[in-house]
Amino acid sequence: MNVVLAKTETAHAQSDMLAVARDRLPGAGKVADTRRQAFEAYARLGLPYRRIEDWKYTDLRVLMREVLPLAAAPDAAAMKRAATALKLHAIAGVRPLVLVDGVFAPTLSETAGLEKGLGIRTLREALEAGDAALLAQLFSPDSSDAMVALNSAMMTDGVVIEIADGAVLEQPLHIVHIASGMIPAAMFTRSLIRVGKHTTATLVESYIGAEGTKAYQVHDSLVVAIGDGARLDHVRLIEDSREAFNISSAVVTLGANAHFNTFGMNTGSLVSRYQAVIAVAGEGSRVETNGVNLLNGRQHADTTLFLDHAVPNCSSREIFRAVVDDRGHSVFQGRIIVRPKAQKTDARMMTRALLLSDEAEADNKPELEIFADDVTCGHGATAGALDDSLLFYLRARGLSEKEAQALLIQAFVGEAIEQIANDALRELAVLAAQRWLAARG
Amino acid sequence: MAAVQETVDRVRRIDVDQYRYGFETLIESDKAPKGLSEDTVRFISAKKNEPAWMLEWRLEAYRRWLTMTEPTWARVHYPKIDYQDLYYYSAPKPKKQIGSLDEIDPEILKTYEKLGIPLREVEVLEGVVRPEGERRIAVDAVFDSVSVATTFQKELKQAGVIFMPISEAIREHPELVRKYLGTVVPTSDNYFATLNSAVFSDGSFVYVPPGVRCPMELSTYFRINERNTGQFERTLIIADKGAYVSYLEGCTAPQRDENQLHAAVVELVTLDDAEIKYSTVQNWYPGNSEGLGGIYNFVTKRGDCRGNNSKISWTQVETGSAITWKYPSCILRGDNSRGEFYSIAISNGHQQVDSGTKMIHLGKNTTSRIISKGIAAGVSQNTYRGLVTAHRKATGARNFTACDSLLIGDKCGAHTVPYIEAKNSSALFEHEATTSKISEDVLFYCVQRGLSQEEAVGLVVNGFVKDVLQQLPMEFAVEAQKLISISLEGSVG
Amino acid sequence: MSLLEVKNLQVRVEEREILHGLSLTVNPGEVHAIMGPNGSGKSTLSHVIAGKPGYDVTGGEILFKGEDLLEMSPDQRSAKGVFLAFQYPVEIPGVATMTFLRTALNAQRKARGESEFSTPDFLKKVRSVAASLNIPQDMLRRGVNVGFSGGEKKRNEILQMALFEPSLCILDEMDSGLDIDALRVAADGVNALRSPERAMVVITHYQRLLNYIVPDFVHVMSKGRVVKSGGKELALELEASGYAQFEDAA
Repeated sequence: MNVVLAKTETAHAQSDMLAVARDRLPGAGKVADTRRQAFEAYARLGLPYRRIEDWKYTDLRVLMREVLPLAAAPDAAAMKRAATALKLHAIAGVRPLVLVDGVFAPTLSETAGLEKGLGIRTLREALEAGDAALLAQLFSPDSSDAMVALNSAMMTDGVVIEIADGAVLEQPLHIVHIASGMIPAAMFTRSLIRVGKHTTATLVESYIGAEGTKAYQVHDSLVVAIGDGARLDHVRLIEDSREAFNISSAVVTLGANAHFNTFGMNTGSLVSRYQAVIAVAGEGSRVETNGVNLLNGRQHADTTLFLDHAVPNCSSREIFRAVVDDRGHSVFQGRIIVRPKAQKTDARMMTRALLLSDEAEADNKPELEIFADDVTCGHGATAGALDDSLLFYLRARGLSEKEAQALLIQAFVGEAIEQIANDALRELAVLAAQRWLAARG
Repeated sequence: MAAVQETVDRVRRIDVDQYRYGFETLIESDKAPKGLSEDTVRFISAKKNEPAWMLEWRLEAYRRWLTMTEPTWARVHYPKIDYQDLYYYSAPKPKKQIGSLDEIDPEILKTYEKLGIPLREVEVLEGVVRPEGERRIAVDAVFDSVSVATTFQKELKQAGVIFMPISEAIREHPELVRKYLGTVVPTSDNYFATLNSAVFSDGSFVYVPPGVRCPMELSTYFRINERNTGQFERTLIIADKGAYVSYLEGCTAPQRDENQLHAAVVELVTLDDAEIKYSTVQNWYPGNSEGLGGIYNFVTKRGDCRGNNSKISWTQVETGSAITWKYPSCILRGDNSRGEFYSIAISNGHQQVDSGTKMIHLGKNTTSRIISKGIAAGVSQNTYRGLVTAHRKATGARNFTACDSLLIGDKCGAHTVPYIEAKNSSALFEHEATTSKISEDVLFYCVQRGLSQEEAVGLVVNGFVKDVLQQLPMEFAVEAQKLISISLEGSVG
Repeated sequence: MSLLEVKNLQVRVEEREILHGLSLTVNPGEVHAIMGPNGSGKSTLSHVIAGKPGYDVTGGEILFKGEDLLEMSPDQRSAKGVFLAFQYPVEIPGVATMTFLRTALNAQRKARGESEFSTPDFLKKVRSVAASLNIPQDMLRRGVNVGFSGGEKKRNEILQMALFEPSLCILDEMDSGLDIDALRVAADGVNALRSPERAMVVITHYQRLLNYIVPDFVHVMSKGRVVKSGGKELALELEASGYAQFEDAA
C-alpha cells in the first residue's frame, strides 16, 4: 500500500466528513473552534501506521484503511434492534446508560431516581451548555494522537457523570454502546466520569452490536477524574460484532490516596485498540489495571497502557493475559514512567500470552522509564503454548483435549479476572470467558 | 536519608576528567582531505590499493547513504553531526615497510605500553600466563585507522586460521571477503552502517577453516587517536563448519574536547556446528564532568548463525563513550542454533547509553539468552532496548531474558524497552526486568563492617554484574572488573 | 579508661525523642545486658553506637577508648573495634560470603594501618573460625546471607565477630528467630569470644538468652532511659515480675 497516497486520501475523505457532519456536532463558539483544531491535527497526522512507535503493531492504514462516515441517528427500527441487543447483554442490578449508534437513548436508559450526589447529563447537553471548567476537562485528552484528535473533532454524544464528594453509590453505572445500523458507519462518543472526594463508584462499559450489524466503527473515549480518597472500579467488556472496529482511548487522573481498579476484557470486534493514560497525580494512590484478550479467527486486539507516576508513595499493578487462537493477534504495550520526584514508587507489570495456534501472534512491549532511584519497579513477560505435561495429566484423569485446554485457559485468565473487586462483575467476566471457550467447541 | 545525600554529593563530584587513558601520541599522520564525497571514498580505496570491485562496493554504499537520514528513535541526544567537518582517513605515515615489530614507531609502541597492551610476543606471553595454565592472545592492533602490527601470524597460519587487517584480506583473500562481506549487515542496513560501508578504513578479518579450533584468543585493540578522525572499523569473522574462535575487542581512546564519531560494523558468520564468542570491553573517553567531548559510538554488530547447531555469543562491558548506540544481534537461521547476549552497561556523568540486542529466531529449535545489567549514575541515561522475535517457522524457539537496572543517585535514568514478538505457538519466551537502587541497609551493613561507602558500592555492583563478568574470557574479566571500579570511582567519590 | 562511655545521650528520630539522656559505662572484659520492653529504645542505642543514618543525636556524647565516637563514620567505628551483630542481617545477592569477609577484614586492617592478609593466611583463618562455629564451607561460597536460615544468619554474624576481633560487640536481639538449639550454638560462639580485653553489650527482650550468655551487669531500659542497673540476678527478677513495675518509674 502506498503510504503517502493513503494519507492524502484519508485526510481528504475526512475533511469532507467534517463538512458533512457539521450540523450534527453539538457545541458552538469555542467548542467548534476546538473541534476544528483537533480536526486539523488529525488531518496532518492521518491514520496511525506502523512507523508511529505507539502504533507499531496496529497499523490502521492496513487494518482499517479508512474512517467511515458518521452514523445516521437511529430510527425506530434501529432502536428496536438495539433494545433486543440490550436485553441479551443486560446486567442485573446496574443503571443502564445507553448510546445507540453514538446517540444517547433516553428510552433505553435509566435516568430517574438518581442516588444522592449523582448527576448524569448527555455529552450533547454538556457541550451546548458550555461550562468552561467542564469543557476543559472534556477536551483534556491529548490531540497529538491522531485517533484522539479525530474523536475530539467528531464526538457527537456520550454520558457525563458527576458524583459529589462523599457520595457512596451502591448501584454500578453501565454505559452501553450499541451499534444497530445496517449500513457500516462510524460512531464518535466521549464520556466523562468525575468521582468526588471520598466517594466510591463502579462503572461498567459494554460495547455490543445488534444482530446483523457488520463492519461498523466505534470511536470512543473516556475521561476519568478520581478525587482524593475516592475509589473507582471500572470494567470494560468488548463484545462488538466480529467484523467491527473499536478504537477507544481513556485518560484517567487520580488525586491523593485514591484507588483505581480497572479491568478490560476483549472477546469481540475484528480490530480493537484501547489506549489508556493513567496519571497518578496525588500521593498514596493505587492503580490496578488488568485485562484479558480472548481472540480467534483474524481478530486483532491492542491494549496500550501508559502509567505515569509523578508523585511519591504510589503503587501500580498491571496483570495482562492474552489467549490467541487461529490467526488472532494480541498486542500489549505497557509503559510505566516514574518521574524524578516519584520516590518510593512500587510499580509492577506482568503480561503473559498463550498461543493456541501456529498462526497466532502475541506481541508484548513492557516498557520501564525510571527517573527516581528509590523505587521498586519490574515487569515480566512470557509467551508460549499450554504446558504439555499438565494437559497430559488432565487427560489421564479423563478430560477431553478441549476440556483440559479450557480448564488451563480458565486458570490462565483467572489470574487477571480475580483482580475484579465487584463479585457480580467478576462473575460476568468469568462467564464471558466460558462463553468464548464454549464457542471454540 | 543521610546516606542517600552522601551518595548524591559524591555523584556531584564526579571527576571523569581524570580519565586514565587520556594521553596523545605525537606522530605524523597521513590524512584524507576533510569532508565526505565520492573523492574521499576513492582516496581511501586508493590508499588501500583496493581492487575495483571494492571501490564500486564502497561507492554504491556512499550513494545509498546520501539518500538516508540519521535515525532518531534511540533515547540519546547530541548536537547535529557535520559529516563534512570530519576526516575520514588517517594513517600513521609509514616511514618504511614494516618487517618486524622492532621497526614500528616507538611512539606507537609506547602508547600501547601505557594501555598495557602486550604487543610484543614476549609481553603477550608474560601478560597472560595464569596459574591455571598458559593462555595466549594474538593482538591485531588498530592504531587510528590502520593495523600496524599483528602477532602470532605464524602459529595461526599453521592452524590455517586467517587473522589479518581486513584491508590486507581484501587483497589476499578476495574470494572470502566477497563471499561474506555485507551479507550479515547489508550496505543498506542503517545510516551508520551504510556510512561505514563507504568509508571503512580498516579492521580485522578472521577466517577459521572447517573443524579448526582457533589455538588462541584473537584480540584487537582499537584506539582513536587523531583529532577529528571518524573511525570506521569493519570486522568480519567467519567460523566455517565445526570451527571455534573467541575474539576479544578492547578499546581506549585519548582525551579530547571535540566529539569523535565512531561507526563500526562487525559481521559474524557461523556455518554448521561452528561457534564464535565475541567479547568487548569498551572504555572510550566519556566526555568531561560538564558533558563536553567524548566519543559518539554508533555501532552495528550482528551475527548470523547461518549453519545448523551453530552458536554466537556476544559479551560486552560498556563503560565509556559519551553516546553508545549499539545492539549486537543474532540471526538464528540454522536449526538448533543459539544466540547469547551478556551485557554490562555503565553510564556515569553525562553519558547516554542506548544498547541491547536483537534475537531473531528463524530456524527450528533455536534458543537465545539475554542477560543485561544496566547501571546508571551521575546525570546519565541508560536504556536497554531489545527485540526477541520468533517467526512462524521457528518452531520450538526459546528465549530467556533478564534485564536489571541499578540506579545510583536520583539524577539519572534507567529505562527498559523490550519488544517481544511470538509468532508461533511452540515458541516459549520468558522475560523479566527489575529496576532498583542499592539498598541503604546493605550499604550501612557493609560500612559497619569497615568498608568505605565507595568500596561498599563497588562490592554490591560487582555482585550485581557477576553473571555477565563470568562470561568473559579470564584475561578480560580482570580488566573489566578494574574498569567497572574505575567508572564507579567517579560516581561515589 | 573505660572502653565505652555513653553520657546523657539524647536521640531523636524525625522529631520524636527516643532516648532521653541515657548513660552507660562499659569496661574491657565486661558483659552488659540491656533489657527492656519493645519500644524502650534498646535497638536505637545499638544503632546510634554503630552510626546508622537516620538518627539525630541532640545531646550527650559517646566516647570509645576516650575518643568521640559520634564524630566517626560507621566504617571508622568498625575499624576502631565496634561490632554490631544485627538483629536482621541483610541478604546481599551475588556477593559471596568469602569475598565479603576478606574485603571487610582487609578494609578494617587497612584503616588501622595494618598490612592486609594474604589470601592463604586469610583462608586458613576463616576455615579454622568457621570450623569452630560449625559453619560449612558451602555456606561461605553462597551470597551473603542469601537463602540462609535464621540460625545460619546469626552464626554468620558470630563468624564475622570472631574474624574481625572487635573490642566491643553489640549483640542486638541475637535470640530473635532462633530455636533453643540454634540459640545454644550461637551463645557458645559468643562465649568463646569473651576475653579480658573485649566487652560485650547484649541487647535482649527476654531473660532466656542470659542463661547462655551470663552478664556481669544488667540494665533495664524503659522509655528511653536506663531505669535500673544491677547484677545478673536483676534479669531473674525481671523474669519473675515483668517490665510493668518499671513503666511507671520511667
